[in-house]
Amino acid sequence: MKNLLSLSIRELQEGLKNKIFSSVDIVSECYRNIERINHLINAFITVIPKEKALGLAKKYDLMGYNSPLPLQGLPYAVKDSYLTKGIRTTCGSKILEDFIPPYNATVIERLNKAGAILIGKTSQDAWGHGASSENTDFKPALNPWDKERVAGGSSGGSASAVATRCVVFSIGEDTGGSIRNPAAWCNVTGLKVTYGRVSRYGCIAYASSFDTMGPMGKTVEDCAAVLKVIAGKDPYDATSSPEEVPDFLSEIKKPIKKRVLGIPQGLLKKGIDREIKNAIERAVERFKELGLILKKVDLPLLDYGVAAYYIIAPSETSSNLARYDGIRYGGGRENFTKETIRRIMVGTYALSAGYYDAFYKKAQQVRTLFIRGYRELFAGCDAVIMPVTPILPTRLGELINDPLKNMLADYFTCQTPVGIPALALPCGFTKLGLPIGMQILGKMFSEPLLLNLGYHYQQITDWHKHQPEI
Amino acid sequence: MAGLAKLSLSKKDTRFFQNQLLITLNYVSRLQKLRTTGVEPTSQVTGLKNVFREDIIEKERILSRDEVLANAEKAYRGYFLIKAVLG
Repeated sequence: MKNLLSLSIRELQEGLKNKIFSSVDIVSECYRNIERINHLINAFITVIPKEKALGLAKKYDLMGYNSPLPLQGLPYAVKDSYLTKGIRTTCGSKILEDFIPPYNATVIERLNKAGAILIGKTSQDAWGHGASSENTDFKPALNPWDKERVAGGSSGGSASAVATRCVVFSIGEDTGGSIRNPAAWCNVTGLKVTYGRVSRYGCIAYASSFDTMGPMGKTVEDCAAVLKVIAGKDPYDATSSPEEVPDFLSEIKKPIKKRVLGIPQGLLKKGIDREIKNAIERAVERFKELGLILKKVDLPLLDYGVAAYYIIAPSETSSNLARYDGIRYGGGRENFTKETIRRIMVGTYALSAGYYDAFYKKAQQVRTLFIRGYRELFAGCDAVIMPVTPILPTRLGELINDPLKNMLADYFTCQTPVGIPALALPCGFTKLGLPIGMQILGKMFSEPLLLNLGYHYQQITDWHKHQPEI
Repeated sequence: MAGLAKLSLSKKDTRFFQNQLLITLNYVSRLQKLRTTGVEPTSQVTGLKNVFREDIIEKERILSRDEVLANAEKAYRGYFLIKAVLG
């Protein structure tokens, strides 16, 4: 039984039901891949003991798959920012290198109840601070398409674990591009959800007013299946939304003809890699073939996005990280990395008396302008297409040593303070064989439409099926 | 600034961060060019207000004292142990 992990969730569910293979077979393949690959790309910080995962797989196989739980017997990985009861949770930082959480995040709780099997905790930038997974006290997640390059970040390990078929799907966390950026650089599909769509309870906070929890997978359809399980109101997160959770799996198959796709003007002039530009233009052509109406649009305040993000996010993180005092759990503050110290200091500065109005309050006012701008934008079109990153996967050391370049990697993904969702998916490769990702953005709670568009795109393209040779 | 955030920096680090903060603050200062007179600041985007739940004890969610103290560096007779705050 080979390459079960290249099958989609739907194909795996059919195979389990028809007893062509078992969950034990799938989970065993995960561990074979992890043993072969993980030391090459550092996708995982912690791998769950094999016997434990196999024990669950056996239990689910015994239960049978006639009326299965939504994700019964399917192995997954989760970013190490999610609390997992009894399983070490580091958030990529030495401060939590021995931390064993006493409870599960809501997302973990829901996935476990749905029958999914946790295989490991994945590499990330410490506290989510980065776009390259290099800001870590563990080993940086490397890119499976070129091991001299980074997997992207901050959810780098969650992307590379799916790309290398170490798990069926994974969970990431996106505050300023942290799901979409590594999805693009590793050739996987990742969804940054609307703020509040998925509970944040038990996920270690970066910027509480725009952290979002989302799925990463091989296909749009897989992400839809996972989202259905993790989405919805949670009494433990007051900011989780009471908005109804649609049946994403039937929504994605609806017709998309005559939907209006916004094409940002002038965007492609802004220091963006030529091969990325060409790939996006080709993707636009494919959407045209699918019957979409193309419309030129202007992105609101594009040149101010990174600046607003890099005031609000550090402000919130400086406040969130104040809890690490080394008393109740975790080590002392001397263990923060330079990148994290920089963000704490920028945030402390922006929030301090005398600078608050000029920086923090100003940025929150600009946030209002952004929200208005995006509302106007989506009054004129259903969705907007653009690149995920202006640059290709960077070489190790390239981003972490240059604060400005590190910030600008988030150029197209830092509209997060607005709260809108965005779907990242593969749309091509460079001549050197590096993956290119695009993203489709929509208004608040438009996940059904974004997944719908992405699903149809993946029906007529096969970029998402390419696997790295490793 | 480091003192406010309870971070201790060496002299060498202080110089390093002075330069890094200057680059960052210089970049983000471009927001000053935008007119925001009379614009309300946004601190959250959910539109939700006064989210309440019943004030009841959920037994399955209670952590035992041992669980709460399990990750503490030092505990003593069921308490977190810290250095004296006053004199």
